[in-house]
Amino acid sequence: MKNNLIVSDSPHLHKEESVTKIMWLVVASLVPAGIAGVYIFGFSALRIILLGAISAVITEGILQLLTKRKVTLLDGSAFLTGLLLAYNLPPKVPFWLPMVGSLFAIAIGKQIFGGLGQNIFNPALVGRVFLMASWPKYMTSFTQPLNYDAVTSATPLALIKEGKVLENISYLDLFLGKRGGCIGEVCILALLLGAIFLLMKGYISWHIPITYIATTGILTYIFGTKGLFSGDWLFHILSGGLILGAFFMATDYVTSPLTRKGQIIFGIGCGLITAIIRLWGGYPEGVSYAILMMNGATPIIDRFTKNRIYGTR
Amino acid sequence: MKGYFREFVKGIIKENPTFVLVLGLCPTLAVSVSVINGIGMGIAATFVLLGSNIIIALLKNIIPDRIRIPCFIVVIATFVTINEMVMKAYSPVLDRALGIYVPLIVVNCIVLGRAEAYAQRETVLNSFFDGLGMGVGFTLALILISAIREFLGAGTILGYKLIKGFEPAFVLAMPSGALLVIGLLLGFFNVLKNRKI
Repeated sequence: MKNNLIVSDSPHLHKEESVTKIMWLVVASLVPAGIAGVYIFGFSALRIILLGAISAVITEGILQLLTKRKVTLLDGSAFLTGLLLAYNLPPKVPFWLPMVGSLFAIAIGKQIFGGLGQNIFNPALVGRVFLMASWPKYMTSFTQPLNYDAVTSATPLALIKEGKVLENISYLDLFLGKRGGCIGEVCILALLLGAIFLLMKGYISWHIPITYIATTGILTYIFGTKGLFSGDWLFHILSGGLILGAFFMATDYVTSPLTRKGQIIFGIGCGLITAIIRLWGGYPEGVSYAILMMNGATPIIDRFTKNRIYGTR
Repeated sequence: MKGYFREFVKGIIKENPTFVLVLGLCPTLAVSVSVINGIGMGIAATFVLLGSNIIIALLKNIIPDRIRIPCFIVVIATFVTINEMVMKAYSPVLDRALGIYVPLIVVNCIVLGRAEAYAQRETVLNSFFDGLGMGVGFTLALILISAIREFLGAGTILGYKLIKGFEPAFVLAMPSGALLVIGLLLGFFNVLKNRKI
């Protein structure tokens, strides 16, 4: 009888879903891309993925013990952060790089702000940008796909940036992941499988990813190298970390806007910054910086796209 | 004598200019790349603090209240100029490393803050020990920050490599690294302070 009389604030509708369940399902949806990455780059990629994910979980546990907060090791959020960070690393980095990255991502990117739900920036991307600024030498040396002898090669985007012509790489290669790049970003097919699963389950909405990818595609088409409206938009969509970033990192619940209108603005902003960095910036790839910058703008977007409460003006 | 000692010690921990009063952050952020720069900056600021505190404490009855800030600035600028010339003459390398931040001690909030908050209403001896304590506190804070940044950002302390095979994180030698280190240290000292009470 006692349990039937609960006084609580709205919202009164509850779903079976919990943070834990959603987090682990997102992890599951990322598994195909991980398998593809390990197949393409060899077992060193698997080691990096495991090191990244496990050190993120350990860091979270230690910090929650130290700050005397509730220890939530198994809710999957730290695991997901470490996994996404590892997916954003080149396949042949030294073993301590994913560990330091995960430590930084969880400690500075998340727990400093107060843990899950309080962070301003996507922790995985905070970790990646920290590694990028600290050890650029490791973060920009990529290996050839399907060649496990660690022959270095540049990513397609880096080659384009240097003004070289791409040879013997077809759209199909890009789609299946036969190219140099980070572990988790290369196999678009596997990423799309996971993304479709999440979309069908309703864990992510189409608003951010579609506007993000479309904006990048349109801008790279308009401002092509051979004059206006001649750009290779399909190449730009299929290369780099755009698909991984758009579906799995820009859609992070904590750091993206709450309303649909806000999410569309967020996606367009991400696409704009990504295209600007790729076309005119100093780096070949700009997905992580674009998402982080729009993370910073999220509170303002939320403020200006508040839903009108029924009955108010 | 005990009173003077208290005036001296308070600047080191209880009222540390960097970590408790949070003053003079611009030079702290800019020069704490290496320990030697930190020590140089700390000594330069201590010298200016001592000089300005003594002179302002001496002149406190003559300086008209309305124009006291310009008067303080003139006194401080005099000592900064002396300091700059001495540094240029005897240690040009350090002068080049610190660059614009030596003349900018004129507007260092620690110096002006102590003149305004302390020296203009205290005795000369008290002001002397206050300036000395604040200067030492500032120097120690700079050494702490720059030691962390130099070790993690360049792998060295005072130019000596400590651990073989340690790969420094460049980001800590950059301005963003300074903000990270100072933020973490501020948080750490706040935790310590709150635990005591």
